[in-house]
Amino acid sequence: MSDQVPAPSAEKRASADVLLSVRGLEVHFPIRSGIVVERQVGSVKAVDGVDLDIPRGATVGLVGESGCGKSTLGRAILRLVEPTAGTVTFGDVDVRALAGEDLRRMRRQMQMVFQDPMASLDPRQNVQSVLSEPLRAHGIGGDHRARVRELLDVVGLPASAANRYPHEFSGGQRQRIGIARAIALEPQLIVADEPVSALDVSIQAQVVNLLEELQDRLGLTYLVIAHDLAVVRHIADVVAVMYLGGLVEQAPSDDLYATPLHPYTKALMSAVPIPDPVVEDTRQRILLQGDLPSPADPPTGCRFHTRCPFRQPTRCAEERPLLRTVAGHADAHRVACHWAEDIEAGRILPAASAVVDPDPVREPDPQPDPAT
Amino acid sequence: MRVTDSEPLLRSEPLLDVRDLSVTFTRKGGPTVRAVDGVSFTVRPGETVGLVGESGSGKSVTSLAVMRLLPRRGVQVGGQVLFDGDDLLTLPRDRMRDIRGRDIAMVFQDPMSSLNPVVPIGIQVTEVLERHQDLKGETARAAAEELLFRVGIPDPRRRLKEYPHQLSGGMRQRALIAMALACKPRLLIADEPTTALDVTIQAQIIELLKELVQDTGASLVMITHDLGVVAGLCDTVHVMYSGRIVESAGRRELFGEPRHPYTGGLLASVPRLDAPRGAPLHPIPGSPTDVLSWHKGCAFAPRCPNRLDACIGGPPRLESLGDRSLRCLNPLEQNEEVPA
Repeated sequence: MSDQVPAPSAEKRASADVLLSVRGLEVHFPIRSGIVVERQVGSVKAVDGVDLDIPRGATVGLVGESGCGKSTLGRAILRLVEPTAGTVTFGDVDVRALAGEDLRRMRRQMQMVFQDPMASLDPRQNVQSVLSEPLRAHGIGGDHRARVRELLDVVGLPASAANRYPHEFSGGQRQRIGIARAIALEPQLIVADEPVSALDVSIQAQVVNLLEELQDRLGLTYLVIAHDLAVVRHIADVVAVMYLGGLVEQAPSDDLYATPLHPYTKALMSAVPIPDPVVEDTRQRILLQGDLPSPADPPTGCRFHTRCPFRQPTRCAEERPLLRTVAGHADAHRVACHWAEDIEAGRILPAASAVVDPDPVREPDPQPDPAT
Repeated sequence: MRVTDSEPLLRSEPLLDVRDLSVTFTRKGGPTVRAVDGVSFTVRPGETVGLVGESGSGKSVTSLAVMRLLPRRGVQVGGQVLFDGDDLLTLPRDRMRDIRGRDIAMVFQDPMSSLNPVVPIGIQVTEVLERHQDLKGETARAAAEELLFRVGIPDPRRRLKEYPHQLSGGMRQRALIAMALACKPRLLIADEPTTALDVTIQAQIIELLKELVQDTGASLVMITHDLGVVAGLCDTVHVMYSGRIVESAGRRELFGEPRHPYTGGLLASVPRLDAPRGAPLHPIPGSPTDVLSWHKGCAFAPRCPNRLDACIGGPPRLESLGDRSLRCLNPLEQNEEVPA
């Protein structure tokens, strides 16, 4: 996948308004062994050849299960972990070539919002200090107190919050502080790693709405990393689905949810429970067997073939599929599956054991045999 | 499993009858906290009951109180928990220990912290069988292997020798469920059993719970914050807020027509995968910590869009309204749009 040629449409857009462009990005963590002489015995391929474009002013959602490498990808883009191969281009700057002071200055343009606001805020630093630290670090002068008040106002916290400490706030308010810190330097790109998953359900919507409002107001570009498909669908313009280090499908949000093409996307979407008994009782679900394989020893061919209910005897285990367009779908909708057309047309059906029918009474209905 | 008309259930005697349960935590020099306040609900044989609420709503404390797993110091538990006619709260401790694990079993949220990390899975599973069913040695081991196989753990013979850290999160949760089901309990209490898991694994575990409940005829109390999980699984749903039940109804009634502003607010604030995109979310203002204490009025009043002056005059009562019970003075109208 690393040597993949990006789709022409993506290339065209790239010249126009792509803020961040990732090509063939790999992050391999070495596994070392030995006591006296340490040698590398393998590597965990956390991110293994990812191409991704983030258009300016848009929100790209990155979805996947834990261990798929989505957080590592987000961190590698900011160079919080060092990529082992590939390029990251921000505007027209090659981020991987930067070092030292240049890199630090670059970070002003790219900020991060973390999952757990309690863990990412220093408990002994008050809010004034938390929010003015980025200003000090980047040598921005002026009235820091006024700027902090302004930031607090933007994220919907009272000015009196400045003198308080993180433990005095609720989870949602803490996440607002984390967001205020991220926007303090007026960055262009914000990478938000699971921004709402540590919050209570009634609070999640507040933070999602705040992120959207800030985007409109400040013209921010987001990369939102999350495991919750419903949240990503709500917030993102483009969604990329990641599995075991690679992207399996990438599409505009509406297309992806209307017609998921990759078997993994289908399974992921059918696994999300919907708070409506009528829908829950009538929909068919695809259950995946087993767990995510180890990224230290990924399966050959298609990474997903070990769990795929649509697996075919040929190609799947041998050839790693590349992201490609499928006839009848927008160019922006790309999928990494050899059999996407056949699956969409219904010529390949999922293994009967993977399908959970909505109504137990109807279970004796003959399931069509999976084409083998 | 998907019993929508619970008529056969309604006729039978409840298996678990929680009456006016309250739990108060006291701390020297600190304020007393009433975590659970007059909670009553019943679970009939074969029924699946959901307790839904956000963190701090008292749903987990309720389940711990039912199992008598709360520490004895600094905790006062009031009310009655009738299981098959016996009040669990007043049973002698050794009788309670017999019931726990044999008649009532529990599955916790975090499988890593509920398994002993230095003891192989096999010993932890056989321990339950030895304690409650007097199985020994090879018989117990074979029974444990059978159990792991039933909950979908491949190669159970090998897994029995492994330690919890060698299993994935989903496998650990399966092992815990196997332990819970070891003695064919009549009631299974699952406290956020899928919250720590990925969605595809969550779907596997929920499917497994459904199957097991169906096969063994056990009752299930499902404690969760995830409305989606409840919608597909539970026959009856109790929504808790700040220690009290605010709305109880069958799942179709509850999700079809939420009447309590909190229930309605929760439903309006979660993004739905099947909703048209761009539909705005309506968050509930404030946070679950902005509560009024119940004796002063409705705890939800500070966040409620339907608040009346009377709401902060005194505690609202749980009224029975035909198809549901509701604790609200000014409920949402039927089929009313949830106020933004």
